Amino acid sequence: MRPRASITMHLTLLFAAASAVVLIGLGVLVGQRVETHFEQQDLTELTGKLELVRHRLARVRAPDELRDAPSSLADALVGHHDLAVRVIAPDGRELFASGHADFPAAMLARAAGETPIKPFVWQHDDRSYRGIAAVAATGIPGQPPATVLLALDIEHHLSFMSAFHRSLALAIASGIALTALLGWAVARHGLAPMRAMARVTQDISASRLGERLPLSAVPAELVDLASALNGMLARLEASFQRLSDFSSDLAHELRTPISNLRTQTEVAVSQVRSADEYREVLYSNLEEYEQLARMITDMLFLAQADHGLMVPRRQSVDLAAEVRALFAFYDAYAEERGVGLALSGVGGIQGDPLMMRRALGNLLSNAIRHTARGGTVQVRIATRPGGETEICVENPGIAIPADHLERVFERFHRVDPSRQKTSDGVGLGLAITKSIVQAHGATIRATCADGLTRFEIMFCPAAAGGPAREFNPGPKDEPLSAPDDVGAGSLHLLRRDRPDCVR
Amino acid sequence: MKILIVEDEPKTGDYLKQGLTEAGFVTDLVRDGVEGRHQALTQDYDLVVLDVMLPGLDGWQVLREIRAAGHHMPVLFLTARDQVEDRVKGLESGADDYLLKPFAFAELLARVRTLLRRGKVVDAERLHAADMDLDLLRRRVTRGGRRIDLTAKEFALLELLLRRQGEVLPRSLIASHVWDMNFDSDTNVIEVAVRRLRAKIDDGFEPKLIRTVRGMGYVLDAGGAA
Repeated sequence: MRPRASITMHLTLLFAAASAVVLIGLGVLVGQRVETHFEQQDLTELTGKLELVRHRLARVRAPDELRDAPSSLADALVGHHDLAVRVIAPDGRELFASGHADFPAAMLARAAGETPIKPFVWQHDDRSYRGIAAVAATGIPGQPPATVLLALDIEHHLSFMSAFHRSLALAIASGIALTALLGWAVARHGLAPMRAMARVTQDISASRLGERLPLSAVPAELVDLASALNGMLARLEASFQRLSDFSSDLAHELRTPISNLRTQTEVAVSQVRSADEYREVLYSNLEEYEQLARMITDMLFLAQADHGLMVPRRQSVDLAAEVRALFAFYDAYAEERGVGLALSGVGGIQGDPLMMRRALGNLLSNAIRHTARGGTVQVRIATRPGGETEICVENPGIAIPADHLERVFERFHRVDPSRQKTSDGVGLGLAITKSIVQAHGATIRATCADGLTRFEIMFCPAAAGGPAREFNPGPKDEPLSAPDDVGAGSLHLLRRDRPDCVR
Repeated sequence: MKILIVEDEPKTGDYLKQGLTEAGFVTDLVRDGVEGRHQALTQDYDLVVLDVMLPGLDGWQVLREIRAAGHHMPVLFLTARDQVEDRVKGLESGADDYLLKPFAFAELLARVRTLLRRGKVVDAERLHAADMDLDLLRRRVTRGGRRIDLTAKEFALLELLLRRQGEVLPRSLIASHVWDMNFDSDTNVIEVAVRRLRAKIDDGFEPKLIRTVRGMGYVLDAGGAA
């Protein structure tokens, strides 16, 4: 397994690397400067001696005076133990020699004409020498110049340099180590706020989702991270709360029918009864089971939507046609409750017609249920200038408090908590509507004003764009020969053909 | 009519067998996929009720092998999984219909009858029950010689009940067939519609033809007995 990357280690290594680059560079520069300085010093001394030799040789005016030259040169160069000198007469004779340096033959060849003079470095008998070669004219007219070779023993320089290099390397190495150590300490100290955040985060559990990272104690660089984490916590807390409410609601919703079933059955079997009485109990049970089964089916639908498994088909949906079909369905029911149904406007969207029908159906039945006798449920379809298609279902009803309006789409939510389960359903209808609307990328909201409750679905322009035929408000009860405007459905892929329905 | 039931859940299997037997079918019940395949391939069935989740061999495979062997009897799938891919898979494998668990037995019975009736429908021009007469061509209903005015939806509802005389029709099936509403409506819309139809065709007449079966649905019964 690859070791986990550590910011502290990473920073420490970076500090060490940076200081290594700087210190080594500095060391190399200093070393070179010192060496160049020695070289210059040597060269200055050598050229000084060369001038001396040249001066002496220039004073030789006649060939026989050359015989005295060695002693004159020896006088001039006295006291320079590190120096080696060879003077070679124009005829190749060695005129003068002092010191132990063994001059390399290549130097002789280079003696003539080189300016500026370049020093040679060589080794002889375990000692190192730096030397120059040059020509020196004698005072004898008409004679070619003599060759002068000079060398300095630089062994002491070299040993100094190697000692210097050693201590320099040692200093650099300890400098790097020290910087790394300091870097590690600095990194640890700098990352302390992260560890503090981690400690707070560790304390957060499902039961303590209310904890937040204290933004005031966090350094500027971490504020974004901390507030992002806080935002995540807030969302988690809200979802968790919903989920937890949902589970308890679910348990509550299941408890009532199941306890009814149980009590009823227990009482029924506690003594011998007539077949009719047993049948009555079974029928009553059946009604409860139906309710339970419907609740489970609806919950499965919602669970699918929650998991993003609900993928609506995309085809043209004529909203007015859907609403008319739903009106035909709810017609008798609404009439019996003394509620009118009205539709205005046209509009089309791209979506799943069956899901949309269900979503709108739930809105309609909700509206009919909450409308007092004599009221009218109004459905309006409109296309906004921006291209959005809007459909709203509006009914006169009691004012709903704002905090309840936000929650009407929650599962099992009821405006009046004291109202128990009725044949009207279990309170999942609007939640299902919202899921379907969201799966279509649309939004839904509930408003309440002037004694009207409104549910508004807004489809963005991308989802809009179905057929938009003109709505022709025909007679409410169509004549028998009217064509069935609710054509063959297509909800179930496998229920396409219904020969029993074909006339 | 002989039906094969392949269902591993013991209670479900037992009640399916009992219910279908009492509805007048000859039934065989097997508990796993391997036996289901064997039965389906060696015996002659008019319909197979097949659970998807089966030990041994799952419903999809059983179905594929039945179809591969050249048997064309209708297959009704029972599935606890409510997923789109299941429907598509079922369709591709050659299923004829499917029901999601939990389902109402009345719904299953209605589907079974629909599947068995498929392709054998004689298009009648008139439907009768007791002294009621429904003329499909002229779209007229009379009872005891008296003309009864119905709306289009009431007519469609009565036609459905008449075609399925004696069968208990669940509300969801009625909503689907008459209004094309393929979702469980949470209101008692069907109840109201049936009540209105009943007021028109049963009030003032004997015997009462439309009967409510509590918790299950509605049935049109010329016998009229409860």
